[in-house]
Amino acid sequence: MAKSSVALKPRGLGKTSRTDAWWATPLATFIVLSTFLVYATWAAFQNADYWYGNYLSPFYSPEVLGQSPHRLFGPKPEWWPGWLPFSPALLILPFPALFRFTCYYYRGAYYKAFWADPPACAVSEPRKGYTGEHGFPLIMQNIHRYFLYAAIIFILFLLHDAWKGFWFAEEGIGGYSPKGLHPFPDVPVRFGIGVGSLILLTNVVLLGLYTFSCHSFRHLVGGRRKLLSAKPMSLRCYTCVSGLNKKHMLFAWCSLFSVMIADLYVRLCAAGVIRDFRFF
Amino acid sequence: MGKATFQIWRGDATNGRFEEYTTDVGDGMVVLDAVHLIQAEQAPDLAVRWNCKAGKCGSCSAEVNGKPRLMCMTRLDDLDLTRPVRIEPMKAFPLVRDLVTDVSWNYAAKKKIKPFKPRKPDAADGTWRMLQEDIDRPQEFRKCIECFLCQNVCHVLREHEKFDEFIGPRLFVYSAALEMHPLDVENRLSDLKKQDGIGYCNITKCCTVVCPEHITITDNAIIPLKERVVDAFYDPIARLFRFARSE
Ligand code: SF4
Ligand code: SF4
Ligand code: FES
Ligand code: FES
Repeated sequence: MAKSSVALKPRGLGKTSRTDAWWATPLATFIVLSTFLVYATWAAFQNADYWYGNYLSPFYSPEVLGQSPHRLFGPKPEWWPGWLPFSPALLILPFPALFRFTCYYYRGAYYKAFWADPPACAVSEPRKGYTGEHGFPLIMQNIHRYFLYAAIIFILFLLHDAWKGFWFAEEGIGGYSPKGLHPFPDVPVRFGIGVGSLILLTNVVLLGLYTFSCHSFRHLVGGRRKLLSAKPMSLRCYTCVSGLNKKHMLFAWCSLFSVMIADLYVRLCAAGVIRDFRFF
Repeated sequence: MGKATFQIWRGDATNGRFEEYTTDVGDGMVVLDAVHLIQAEQAPDLAVRWNCKAGKCGSCSAEVNGKPRLMCMTRLDDLDLTRPVRIEPMKAFPLVRDLVTDVSWNYAAKKKIKPFKPRKPDAADGTWRMLQEDIDRPQEFRKCIECFLCQNVCHVLREHEKFDEFIGPRLFVYSAALEMHPLDVENRLSDLKKQDGIGYCNITKCCTVVCPEHITITDNAIIPLKERVVDAFYDPIARLFRFARSE
């Protein structure tokens, strides 16, 4: 009978009796989220190539102030301090960024992948001390629902962008200048479908699925009630959101990719690297 | 029929070692069958707790190749038998001997939770009326067999040993069953925040992954409880609404 003397409860980063590839999922999370962070930061600082005719990059929408015809109010203000980098994306990106940062799903995922707390289930950790979300700073995660409210407003803007993505200027790309929120510009436009239109549409659908499958949304529409039957409308919404909520993780990843792809597509078209393919 | 090797922890937490046993294995066998065979043929003093062999009593919790599992529900054909299979006791709880741990902390912690407090009876004969759509949520939580695998895997207990400040996923499931019960009128939110330490949970979902009853612990019990705690303590607008309503 062979004997081995191994401590029953080994401690320290990565100590475990698990024999499977427990590190694969956190590693994939680390790589994908880091790539996204680097790309999104780079894209947000560009302040160029973020629109192409009727297409607007989702990182830059809503464009509150800026140089494209999609902007809501005006150009970069005169008084903007020279030392402060300006980009329409930097004005708005904190909201979606914090929405994802405080998302229940991403929290669990990045605590593992970026903080090894724990590195994976039943795998030992590098640190002994722990406050979790019980103390500062992570107790701030509790305001997730406020970022949800902002995200819902953003979905409306992105829907409008997707709608605009189907209306092309008659005299070719670039003539498009929508007035305010109105989908029809003051130049003659006609309905059309380009690859970009489909990308922007898919993106807003995926972002919508991600936003409306949010745990806080599920709570808001009905989860908070003790007696669901008392409010039939609320029960119906709750049942529907609960169904979506089961796929929240999937939507979280798909929408992360779609938003990156949408920005990249618009950027490559705007920079003249590729040509938008128009079906008609 | 073939042979497989098992490394089983023998001894208590301070003084013990893994011992290797090779035994016959056959179709349809589960880990608990192999342990019983070893007990019968090679190690009559091997301590193992079990009861139903049907995944319903929650007694045979252990760690198989590092994963918290019910031994009676872990089929050998799902394991790689070309290598020794490691069987250890649950690591979060004090070890009694071999594969048996002392899980009594869970029962003590459960007593701290305010019990079910129903509203006044709906009918003169002292009975209540409930609708299925209102009881759906607690019904999921009632499937719990108290195997404590979720408590065992949760790093707040397993790694950080917050036994005095945190009640663990099983007891959040229990709290959620009470909080979402259509007849219950007790308020446990302050306890959940303070004494039960729900803020320590960082939503890693390890508890959900190991639950043999497939209870969606994190998404259906813990997060909804966290959201209720937010309503009560962290959301200024919700507080304002409550204040306005109480005026
Ligand atoms: S989700 Fe929370 S309760 Fe469940 S294992 Fe992770 S930290 Fe523990
Ligand atoms: S919730 Fe699941 S894992 Fe936890 S004790 Fe109950 S049955 Fe076991
Ligand atoms: S929980 Fe993921 S977005 Fe709200
Ligand atoms: S023996 Fe009852 S659950 Fe395994």
